[in-house]
Amino acid sequence: MIKETRIVLKNIGKINPESIDDYIAAGGYKGLRKALSMDPLSIIDEMTEAGLRGRGGAGFSTGMKKKFTSQGCLECPQRYVVVNADEGEPGTFKDRVIMEQDPHLYIEGTIIAGYSIQATKGFIYIRAEYYASIDKTRKAIKAAYEKGFLGSNILGSGFDFDLEIKLGAGSYLCGEELTMLESLEGKRGNPRIKPPFPAEKGVFGMPTLVNNVETLANVPHIVLNGKDWYRQFGTERSPGTKVFTISGQVRLPGHYEIGLGVTLRQLIDDLAGGMLPGKTFKAALLGGAAGTFVDASMLDEKMTYDNLREKGATLGSGAVIVLAEGDSVYDVLLNCLRFFRHESCGKCVPCRVGTSLLVRETENLKNVAAGKALLDRMVRESEIMAATSLCPLGQSPILPLESAARYFESELVSG
Amino acid sequence: MSTQNILEKHAPERHNILMILHDLQDHHPQNYLTEEALEATARYLKLTKASVYGVAGYYTMFSLKPRGRHIIRVCVSAVCELKKSESVIAHLESTLGIKTGQTTPCGLFTLELSECIGQCHEAPSMMIGQAVYNNLDAERIREVIESIRNQG
Repeated sequence: MIKETRIVLKNIGKINPESIDDYIAAGGYKGLRKALSMDPLSIIDEMTEAGLRGRGGAGFSTGMKKKFTSQGCLECPQRYVVVNADEGEPGTFKDRVIMEQDPHLYIEGTIIAGYSIQATKGFIYIRAEYYASIDKTRKAIKAAYEKGFLGSNILGSGFDFDLEIKLGAGSYLCGEELTMLESLEGKRGNPRIKPPFPAEKGVFGMPTLVNNVETLANVPHIVLNGKDWYRQFGTERSPGTKVFTISGQVRLPGHYEIGLGVTLRQLIDDLAGGMLPGKTFKAALLGGAAGTFVDASMLDEKMTYDNLREKGATLGSGAVIVLAEGDSVYDVLLNCLRFFRHESCGKCVPCRVGTSLLVRETENLKNVAAGKALLDRMVRESEIMAATSLCPLGQSPILPLESAARYFESELVSG
Repeated sequence: MSTQNILEKHAPERHNILMILHDLQDHHPQNYLTEEALEATARYLKLTKASVYGVAGYYTMFSLKPRGRHIIRVCVSAVCELKKSESVIAHLESTLGIKTGQTTPCGLFTLELSECIGQCHEAPSMMIGQAVYNNLDAERIREVIESIRNQG
């Protein structure tokens, strides 16, 4: 029986999120104090060696990202940190929990990130539907200014950093980092061509570090306790903990933090209380709509970025949507494909046309005699979309589609 | 608050456009962006009307048509659908006497659908204005709607 290991969720439910004094009493802003006494480059090295990987879903090395941004466009007069708080992946609510219940933690991480790349300004891009997250973050920023953790000459270090909230307006695509930069600049949410990457040319043309809320929430702990402490959690190539949000047919759906390398069976049975009474596990959708279906054969695989990728699955945002016998994988797949059709911005033709086509074809799957041939064709179409779309949205339908076809072909084609 | 007063709360820079449009929409009793508001935004930010309209039209939270005082957003994402969001919609439609996308004749409610609102652990869910309502069933929906109706 495993138990949670809480690092980024350590204060959840224990402190008043509107009290900066509570946060400080729980050890808050110590990481910032320590960071300001360190060489910025050594903070980046610490992140790299700790092995922290982006918790938004892509799993890229946070330290490397910081290094590239600190070295990007050296003649540029300004560098920025952008906090990706545009959580919208179906089944995911980890960032909301942090923002609503311990907002100072990720704000502290953001200030440290700013110092490490020598940025003097940060934006927090929060989806506008997250009213409570916005409210708590706004109050926390105000309190941090009053205590001298934000503003000029932070804690007498000579380092200046300002932080501002920016709201989205209902676009899932703006959670993609380059599209977010367009939106931050006040434009329609169409993705940018990359390169250049944000590290070289981000918001307002300046080098920009884009980090997820959960990623930044790890930063103060790593600075304070060091890479060796951090590496005692998780696995060699996926160190640290991850917040999983488990939903669907389990007894105790919710947010759970545990070292990477946990198995799906442990998440469901030990943390989420097992299946609902009378329900038998059938499938899980890992990582949300831009994620993959797995069946019971995957229950004992280690949940790490690399192991899941090798097995054709994804860790993604940490969403785990559990389906029981009697639930329809077909319905969930169709829901995901409709979601992509709704959220496609229309810039890339293969995505604009493909997301509509896949929905129509899926709706037809059960009516045609040659269902298997149609399903194969849909997978090929989603491969073309993945190869020819600019951003992750057009590259995503293949994930639930191909995995559903792999594990549940007979259900999809026979109805 | 006048349109001009709302605009002047924000620096006249393009990157503030979403904040401005939210502010203008939130201050309108019918929860939408009027043509006058879009034109004033274009003048204030020194942008063409077309580019302001382009931004307002792209983002689903902005409406260019009048809506009710309270916007109901029913989550229809995968987890809520698994937990029968379609019966939430059916209950709301019958309680309110309107179809999805419509506004009640009294102008109090507009019924809309939403992608994931991050309440999956207590699905099915909806938002009304800024408030979140979880674990919805017929009785809970009736209670919530009645309490808002009584407040007017």
